[in-house]
Amino acid sequence: MASADIVRQMGESVRPLSLSGHVGFDSLPDQLVNKSTSQGFCFNILCVGETGIGKSTLMDTLFNTSFEGSQSTHYENRVKLKAQTYELQESTARLKLTIVNSVGFGDQINKEDSYKPIIDYTDAQFEAYLQEELKIKRSLHNYHDSRIHVCLYFISPTGHSLKSLDLVTMKKLDSKVNIIPVIAKADTIAKNELHKFKIKIMSELVSNGVQIYQFPIDDETVAKINSAMNGHLPFAVIGSTEEVKVGNKMVKARQYPWGVVQVENENHSDFVKLREMLVCVNMEDLREQTHTRHYELYRRCKLEEMGFKDTDPNNKPVSLQETYEAKRNEFLGDLQRKEEEMRQMFVMRVKEKESQLKEAERELQDKFEHLKKMHQEERKKLDEKKSVLDEEMSIFNKRKAATELLQGQAFQTAPQMNLKKDKDRKNY
Amino acid sequence: FPDVAGYVGFANLPNQVHRKSVKKGFEFTLMVVGESGLGKSTLINSLFLTDLYPERYVPGAAEKIERTVQIEASTVEIEERGVKLRLTVVDTPGYGDAINSQDCFRPIIQYIDHQFERYLHDESGLNRRHIVDNRVHCCFYFISPFGHGLKPLDVEFMKAIHSKVNIVPVIAKADTLTLRERERLKRRILDEITEHGIRIYQLPDADSDEDEEFKEQTMILKASVPFAVIGSNQLIEVKGKKIRGRLYPWGVVEVENPEHNDFLKLRTMLVTHMQDLQEVTQDLHYENFRSERLKRVGRDVEDDTVDKDKILLQKEAELRRMQEMIAQMQAQMRMKPADNGDGH
Repeated sequence: MASADIVRQMGESVRPLSLSGHVGFDSLPDQLVNKSTSQGFCFNILCVGETGIGKSTLMDTLFNTSFEGSQSTHYENRVKLKAQTYELQESTARLKLTIVNSVGFGDQINKEDSYKPIIDYTDAQFEAYLQEELKIKRSLHNYHDSRIHVCLYFISPTGHSLKSLDLVTMKKLDSKVNIIPVIAKADTIAKNELHKFKIKIMSELVSNGVQIYQFPIDDETVAKINSAMNGHLPFAVIGSTEEVKVGNKMVKARQYPWGVVQVENENHSDFVKLREMLVCVNMEDLREQTHTRHYELYRRCKLEEMGFKDTDPNNKPVSLQETYEAKRNEFLGDLQRKEEEMRQMFVMRVKEKESQLKEAERELQDKFEHLKKMHQEERKKLDEKKSVLDEEMSIFNKRKAATELLQGQAFQTAPQMNLKKDKDRKNY
Repeated sequence: FPDVAGYVGFANLPNQVHRKSVKKGFEFTLMVVGESGLGKSTLINSLFLTDLYPERYVPGAAEKIERTVQIEASTVEIEERGVKLRLTVVDTPGYGDAINSQDCFRPIIQYIDHQFERYLHDESGLNRRHIVDNRVHCCFYFISPFGHGLKPLDVEFMKAIHSKVNIVPVIAKADTLTLRERERLKRRILDEITEHGIRIYQLPDADSDEDEEFKEQTMILKASVPFAVIGSNQLIEVKGKKIRGRLYPWGVVEVENPEHNDFLKLRTMLVTHMQDLQEVTQDLHYENFRSERLKRVGRDVEDDTVDKDKILLQKEAELRRMQEMIAQMQAQMRMKPADNGDGH
């Protein structure tokens, strides 16, 4: 940052210098080109549109190959995104192209949440890049940039206006990604209807505040063509991978009983315009816009969410490092406090349990004592009763002995009288 | 039937029927259902060669987000060679427009039921002189040609009304399909209709005493369902004649050219089977509705008797249980006196 301060200070006193000979630093752009060519280019396209609207066919036509893909069903219960990466080469340029297609878009009966998976996907790519940027040991030059550089939004050729789903989705997407709206299957719109349709769509986008991608007009070399193209949006496109003989050439076309629609005929469709704009002229600008506008917006929002600021409450500039340290200390403080709380709670609980157990112990002890006492009393009572019983028994025995003695004496004096008495008893 | 010997005169009956029906005039109600922008209005105008929608308001996307389905019925009287037709076209703007189309077709079902209800009421009334038949005789369902077949909303809607109205599925804006794509889409749609058990209107086979030409025409019509149609409000000059068509940089699509689309077949089908559509509505859909309706009125009484039966059964079961218990107790008591004697 120090060098930037110096430059700012010197701003007023930088004087242009004219060269008297050739130095050679005009080769700098070429050096840059050589470097980027050897590195290879990376481009990510997101295609959003209803099932069957022609997303895959248009990509095939645009890049002159046939990317793998099978027809999707209309019965997906959620919107999903399918991404595939391809390596293409054209003369010296190597392109790592990622095509992300929406699956099941517009098929559900309730489409209120249809835009969410798309937003989640673009955010996830931004997040991945942000994480890489924030790493301590990072390798950005090796990083495979998966951020979406352009979103082609496929509009259904109803001829009236946008659908409600289109409006809602584009409104959500316009701050996250460069949107280029295209009218799909445009060979069903007659010429006079097409002009009206395009105007209606653009006015709807403008009146609802949807920001679509404008081809840049600040660079003089491409300003003219770009501003002309801006007036042709949305592009009415047709895609075809089949070839039909027209004249003596085989061209990409669709054969109908009433005529042949040629894909690359500018009278028939805006396909060539789209290819020009998207691939030939503005691919690099799309990448730049994604990085400097959409990604920066995401980054700012994300960091603000996390509590980072550029200036502290006193409006003095705060570096990321300081903010990071402050955050870290805050978190550590929180952590310590929470630990303390937990420890105290633990101690309290232990104490409680202890006192509970002691209480229980005491109760048990009391019961034991009580029972013991009762037991002793019972014992005593029993002993007393036993002694009383013993006494009675001894008295009874004595009496028994005495009576037996008397009986014995009486028996010896009158034995005859007893016999008679026995006989009388037997007769009863 | 043996031919009558000599002249009686009832061979004139068909003529009498013809005369009376011309005097009475015909009524027909056609409902059109489909997403916005599929060309429904244009097709209706092309079919009846008139302008049924002079000043139409088409809402923008923002208004469509929460739009509900409206039912708009417009009636016109058209005449051709002395035959008067009172045609009612029921349009359903807003279908499929809202971002959440759950239950969006309930107003449509309510409308159809309401017409049945009115007819039932009129039919059961004391004065039955002027019964007006506003029941929906046919429903054109417009399928989008931009997809791969039927969408979930299409399936749900057709399943909800196939027992109430004759469904004629139509592939709209057919000029976006090459011939091969058209055949594939037709086959796909028919497969999906069978798969989901949707009952569409079946054209009746030609009677055996009709001429060969008619029989062949019927066969061709039957094989072309669903009809892939194009409509147009504009007249374009082709080979010195002014015809309805769509002008493209690569050619002209002629609406009434059978090689370009099935428009003529659809019109023929509608016109030659108008009577049959009315009959099926009367004999099948209306009778269904009527019997369901009358059953519903009697269902309260049925519920009571069902309950009473249930209660009776329950009481009988309880009685049986009690009897078993008593028998058990008696058995126990018979055993007990022996016990008592021994115990003493």
